[in-house]
Amino acid sequence: MLDNLLAQLSFRLKKTKTGLVNKIESLISGSSGLDESFFADMEEILIMADVGVEASLGFVESIRKKVQIGEIQSGKELIEQLKKQIEESLTFENSGPIGIANIPSVILVVGVNGVGKTTSIAKLANKLKEKRKRVLLAAADTFRAAAIDQLKAWAHRLHIDIISHRPNSDPAAVVFDALQALRARRLDVLIVDTAGRLHTKANLMAELEKIQRIIKREYPEALLEILLVLDATTGQNALAQARVFQKALDLTGLILTKLDGTAKGGIIIPISQELGIPVKYIGLGEDIGDLQEFSPSTFVTALFANADS
Amino acid sequence: MLEGLTAKIQAAMKKLRGKGKLSEADVKIALREVRLALLEADVSYKVVKDFIARVQNRAVGQEVMQSLTPGQHVIKIVHEELTHLMGKVVSKLEPAPRPPTVLVIVGLQGSGKTTTCAKLARYLRQKGRSPLLVAADIYRPAAIKQLQVLGGKIQVPVFDMGEKHNPLDIAKGAVKHALSQGNDYVLIDTAGRLHVDEGLMGELIQLKKDLKPHYILLVVDAMTGQDAITVAKAFQEKLTLSGLILTKLDGDTRGGAALSARAVTGCPIKFVGVGEKLDALEPFHPERMASRILGMGDVLTLIERAQESIDIKSAMELENRLKSHDFNLGDFMEQLEQVQKMGPIDQILGMLPGIGGMKKLRGLAVDDKQLERTKAIITSMTPEERHYPNIINANRKRRIARGSGTKVQDVNRLLKQFEQSKRLLRQYSQPGKGGKTANFPFLKM
Ligand SMILES: Nc1nc2c(ncn2[C@@H]2O[C@H](COP(=O)(O)OP(=O)(O)OP(=O)(O)O)[C@@H](O)[C@H]2O)c(=O)[nH]1
Ligand SMILES: [Mg+2]
Repeated sequence: MLDNLLAQLSFRLKKTKTGLVNKIESLISGSSGLDESFFADMEEILIMADVGVEASLGFVESIRKKVQIGEIQSGKELIEQLKKQIEESLTFENSGPIGIANIPSVILVVGVNGVGKTTSIAKLANKLKEKRKRVLLAAADTFRAAAIDQLKAWAHRLHIDIISHRPNSDPAAVVFDALQALRARRLDVLIVDTAGRLHTKANLMAELEKIQRIIKREYPEALLEILLVLDATTGQNALAQARVFQKALDLTGLILTKLDGTAKGGIIIPISQELGIPVKYIGLGEDIGDLQEFSPSTFVTALFANADS
Repeated sequence: MLEGLTAKIQAAMKKLRGKGKLSEADVKIALREVRLALLEADVSYKVVKDFIARVQNRAVGQEVMQSLTPGQHVIKIVHEELTHLMGKVVSKLEPAPRPPTVLVIVGLQGSGKTTTCAKLARYLRQKGRSPLLVAADIYRPAAIKQLQVLGGKIQVPVFDMGEKHNPLDIAKGAVKHALSQGNDYVLIDTAGRLHVDEGLMGELIQLKKDLKPHYILLVVDAMTGQDAITVAKAFQEKLTLSGLILTKLDGDTRGGAALSARAVTGCPIKFVGVGEKLDALEPFHPERMASRILGMGDVLTLIERAQESIDIKSAMELENRLKSHDFNLGDFMEQLEQVQKMGPIDQILGMLPGIGGMKKLRGLAVDDKQLERTKAIITSMTPEERHYPNIINANRKRRIARGSGTKVQDVNRLLKQFEQSKRLLRQYSQPGKGGKTANFPFLKM
């Protein structure tokens, strides 16, 4: 899969030959070289990658200062600096794979409708299974039509246990049962699927808080990971989503899906910065293998690839 | 949905509103803020660029400079261009000459196609039609079941052939089924796919070629970011869409994707989804949306009314007379009449947003009855009196009051108001101070 991304990436990079980045990079050093139009180009690249106006202008300003004091003298240095700054903003100590500890883990997966929660759960379960972890799924999306069947289908394909109740039953009760099963069956990891919900629906956010409370109460010694799934095609609203989910829950990380399309997912930059949580995985397709651990440097390279398609 | 955007653009527009004269710099500053607001709302960088260039072009051109109220004129241009970007109202799904009318619903993964299909089916049923839902998403686990459950809720039949047949065969089977069962609309739910997925896009191209559906509708998530134009363009190029449906507008998204998708495809936005419930589907109103973005629908109506009812020529003459300090009671009345033509005065005042600037106008005739009285008083004057109000002494005042059925105090009040208004107008007409003449003090904010 990594090969896949890199192949895709180098393809995109090839296309950049005429791109903005190339134009900036190829600038010869000199005081007249780095003029306003290059800052404008930089702004364009960032905004078109969904990094957002505020964060983009922030990066541009800090680079501009470096140019002014002579720390950056060429277009190539400029791009390198920019990449470095973004990469740093995405680097956290607690990144790295999850669910591989020696104590039981509970992974609660949340997000708005259709971002790829259920699919990511299947992919993650598969990944953990490959690492010889014994995984249990909980179908706590009892709301959306056929959501339980969807997760069941995956569980069946992966030969993984699943705890489910009837449609429209209380999701917290599903989680409660799953926690008991996790303990009783001495399994390693429980992954909880939840219903997609717009972060603006207060009652549904309260429902998630309740689920979090139950996990902490029923299985305090388990390692709890709460992952917010974000769709790379989402624009600035993802920031609003992240804020509200963060307020309700103790988020520990992000999953960025659908990076196999043309969207860059730049919105995770301001989100990661503001929330102080790392991106753990990225989704690169609909197949079970299309989940990768997040690498800031690869992400940043892709961010600047094919900047003006 | 667009509240955030509205606040930003309103703030930018406010700076223009009161301006009698606009410099190119004024316009630039305001448009810079509009630009940032649009970008923050996820309108495509490229669409914003074109948009701003168009507005700027018109705003610093002849059109505005010759206008009587340049600030408002720029606002009007922004509004027009926004409405233009969003297109016309076309929520209809006209039936095909020979039933069934076939619709194919396409879009990225997770954009809301399945729910939208069910909502459309419900909408059509509500209109007395007999739709058939078709489960052609054979890829996502339990997608067929999802449509069956939704169909059950709204009592619309769902056609499926399991996951073993290709979408084209399923669609053909569905049309046959509809013909035999008398369904007049066939709504085909397809699997979500990426616009760059050659295989799956090819499948849709084939479907279009063989099935010849009457409508291909692209479902776009309102929360989509800058990628919206790339996606919409690709679907448009490959499939020639008949319309767009915007989903998830019930959140707090500013929905710039609507502008982007519409701008690059030229396709109308037919419906918007505003909730998970199956009745949460509404026709799209571009005009309303544009006004909402600007947060000033009523002001625009007002400007339009003013434009309709004010005779530009006489306004110009008035302006000239003001410049020559020749503004008299006759002109005053003429002006009051123009205001009156626009509608009941309290309604007009109600339309004005920032009442702050209105302080200056306090004491002027503002209610309709008083306007009538004022007119009566002025008509009772001789032309000489109208022209040279200072000749109106106590005797003349009594005569005028009698003639107009008012009291001497009323006449006094009017004369005072006239003086005030004259001073006010002169202030506006002084070059450099308020810039251009205010032919229309009531509209100054
Ligand atoms: N191209 C692509 N599609 C994805 C990816 N992840 C998920 N999807 C697709 O996105 C669609 C929605 O995925 P789900 O996993 O059902 O999303 P969800 O968040 O569980 O949706 P709800 O439960 O309805 O809120 C499905 O068609 C998935 O196959 C990804 O990384 N790339
Ligand atoms: Mg799901």
